[in-house]
This record gives sequence, C-alpha cells and structure tokens, in this order.
Amino acid sequence: MMTIEQFGRRLRARELTAVRVTEECLRRIEADNPRLNAFITVMADQALRQAREADQELAAGNDRGPLHGVPISIKDLLDVRGVPTTAASRVREGHVASHDAPTIVHLRQAGAVFVGKTNLHEFAFGTTNEDSAFGAARNPHDATRSPGGSSGGSAASVAAGMALATIGTDTGGSIRIPAAACGIVGLKPSLGEVSIDGVVPLSRTLDHVGPLAQSVTDACLVYHALMGDAAAKPPAPMPMHGLRLAVPRKYFCDLLDDQVRARFEEALERLRTAGADIDDVEIQHAPDIAPVYLHIVMADAAAYHATALETMPEKYTPNVRLRLEMGRYVLGEDYVRALAGRERLRREVDAALSQHDALVLPALPIPAPTIGASTVEIGGAAEPVRNLMLRLTQPFNVTGHPAMAMPCGTTSEGLPCSVQLVGQRKQTDALLRVALACEANILGARRTDA
Amino acid sequence: MTIESWLQAAIADAERRGLPELKPILEALARSTRALRAADFNDDAAGPNT
Repeated sequence: MMTIEQFGRRLRARELTAVRVTEECLRRIEADNPRLNAFITVMADQALRQAREADQELAAGNDRGPLHGVPISIKDLLDVRGVPTTAASRVREGHVASHDAPTIVHLRQAGAVFVGKTNLHEFAFGTTNEDSAFGAARNPHDATRSPGGSSGGSAASVAAGMALATIGTDTGGSIRIPAAACGIVGLKPSLGEVSIDGVVPLSRTLDHVGPLAQSVTDACLVYHALMGDAAAKPPAPMPMHGLRLAVPRKYFCDLLDDQVRARFEEALERLRTAGADIDDVEIQHAPDIAPVYLHIVMADAAAYHATALETMPEKYTPNVRLRLEMGRYVLGEDYVRALAGRERLRREVDAALSQHDALVLPALPIPAPTIGASTVEIGGAAEPVRNLMLRLTQPFNVTGHPAMAMPCGTTSEGLPCSVQLVGQRKQTDALLRVALACEANILGARRTDA
Repeated sequence: MTIESWLQAAIADAERRGLPELKPILEALARSTRALRAADFNDDAAGPNT
C-alpha cells in the first residue's frame, strides 16, 4: 500500500481519488480480516461517505492538508461518535460513544477517512492481543504469530494494507511493540502532548495516544494532525553527519534474540557509516524499571476497573481479570515508592540524553511470538513473553520521553526486527528530525538475512 | 507491613473471594515489591536524607 505522502501527491495530481483508495482498503479488509481479525468494527458506509466528501471538497478547492482523504483505522479504545468503543471487552457491551475524542475531532478536521475500529488486547492490558472478547488478532507476516499489542489490530491493519495509517495507544509499549512486530513505524509522543480524553484508560499517568504508519514522514503527519495541526509539514531531517546517538547497552541489550541483536548491530554500523557519532551510555536504575512500572500500572488500572470487577467479573477475559485483580492488592506505600523510582529514572534518562540527540536501542527483544506461547527461549533460558515484550518500551512510558519504533530488517523467517529511538522530553519534533535522518540508513537493513 | 505478612493476607483474601488462581500472581507481585523496596531510591526516616 502507498504511503500517505505518496497518496497525497497522487490525489492532488488527480491520479486517484479518496473514494478509490478507500474502496481498496475496504476490499482488503473484506478479503483479509477473516484471517487476521484486525478489525472489530468496519465503518464502510461512513468511510465511503467521508471519502466522497473529501473528493468533492478537493474538487472545490478546499484542501484540508496532508491527511485529506486518507483512510485510517482507529484502535477501539478511542471514542468515535455514534460507534461502539468496545475496548475488546464484553464489559463494554452496549456502549456507543456520544462524542468524538478530541484526537478524533482533529482527525476529522484534517479530512481523514475512518475505515474502522481495530482489535486490541482487552482494555489495552497486554502485549500480544490474545486476550480479546473478539478473538486474537494475527500478524500479517505469519498468521500463526501475534501482531504484538496492545494495538495489535491497528498494526496489522496497516501492515496488511487495510489502512494507510492507524491510531494506537501506548501505556507500556502498545504502539511500539506492535509496530515492531509488524514491521512498521510507531510513535509514542512525549507524555501529555496528545490528548488522552475520550480514550478508555489503562493508566492515566502512563497512557499516550500516537500514530502507527508506514514511514517516519507519515507518522509525523498523523502526529501533528492528532494535535490539531492538520496543515503541518514534516520537519527537515537532522543532518546525519555529527548526529549524536547513544546506546544504553547495559540492561537494554542484555537479553536479545540473536537475530534481533544482529539486525540492531547492523543498523548501528550503517548509522556510523552515514556519519553519526554513537556512544554508549548507562541508565543506572534500568533494572528497577519493571517493578516501578508494575506498581504504577497495576494500581492505576485496578482503580478504574474496581467497580466492574465487583459487578461483572465474568465479562473479562480470564487473564486480564486476574491481572486487574492483582492490582487491587498494591499497597499505597509501594505505589509511592514506584513514583520515587519514576522520578529517578526520568532524571537518569534526561542525563543520558543531555549530550545526545537520541538514544538508540532495539524496540522488541524478540521477533513476533507464536500465538499461545507463554515463554520464549533466549540465551538458553525460558523467559516470559509478557516481560520480554515490555522490557525495552515501558521505561519511556515511566519517564515520559518520546520514543519511536522503526523497522531495521527481518529474521531468516521473514519476521520484522525494529530499532527504537528515544528523544528528549517535550521534544517530539526533534526526535522526528532524528528519525527522518536515520530512516533511510536503518531501513537499509530491510532484507532477509540468514 | 512486611511483604511476608502482606502476601499471606492477600492470598487469604483472594481465596475468601473465590480467586485461588490469584496465588501465583500475588507471589510474582511480592517478588516485584521486594525488588522495589530494595532499590536505593527509597527514602528512609532514619537515613541520611531529609
């Protein structure tokens, strides 16, 4: 499927129409959704109506900007007025959104076309998309594997050409993990930049809304539209020569699949060859990230779900229900300790970035896991899938730094591997400038190596 | 509350609520809490920092 950038050029050259491309996305949804289960709600009629209006507006000289007429999908955690927000849970049965989330208002104003609402791990509380009231979403690269999560249906929809881009949410990696597993770009903006109103929360102190797309430029266009700046153009790439990158090897590179490690090191070498200066840095308290994250997210989620857990526990999928119940036992004093750890980690990542334009590290330690696997073997030991998938992304939900996943090649089985770039807090545009500079070099690894 | 006494109380409460399958998950949470409490960023009323 073409990128948003390519679509825009061809749309304005009258080589295609929004209706034609929307019809193609809907055709692919009809053909592939039974296999991939990426969508919970397909909005065909509304999408075609929006696409017709986009074509008519453009013909009349009203150009809303880069997202004009672009078919996108939306994680079924965000409110779109008149459409159910299921959160992939039976707990939400009967819900229909009365208003658009502010981000959806912005996308409408930008002229985007909504093709449907995508599948997710129930209430965004998981990394594989297996626990969903609508069944597991599947990875377009190998349907026996997870597309990652929690925004798994979103990532699958873009990787399978069912939409040109998608909107996800990220509380511990739920944009970057599925982007990495499906071989696309995923951006978690800096904490608090993009509104989380009108989004079913997992943790209001860790939740982010952001785009998944086929390129950094596309992610940039959608990110700006989410914030209400529909006409924004992508920033200029930062010059590669002298770009200052840092690799936090300790902890972040300790536990990697061999092929993921190889693709990551190859990407680093290409960046060096292109002129980047790459140092090593250390984030001293990185090993404390998992307990800090766990105590915050579990308690936040438990507070939101406490009433429903008492009144309709049978409506949750079993695994999600148990994790939510666990959160109800977190003590207040331990929550406060986790907040102290969060502040320490934030300062350490700030310090690691003080002399660098971005951190560079893998996004996902393993390729997309097989659906149903609870452990994966790394370095001769069986490691829990959930812990592994969160390991490299959750730190930056805790600290709030903007972070993005970008494809960097494939395994011998053709499964995507991904690099993660992390920028300074409140500097998402600067991170995007780094990513635009790096993209061509990192993507140089888009090949299958034995 | 010590982690040991908390875990004992939590498991007993889960069983009373008909959720015995929570036990291994609570034990995992206890391990995580132990790591959190052992971290050197925690304040201590008897310690050097105010």
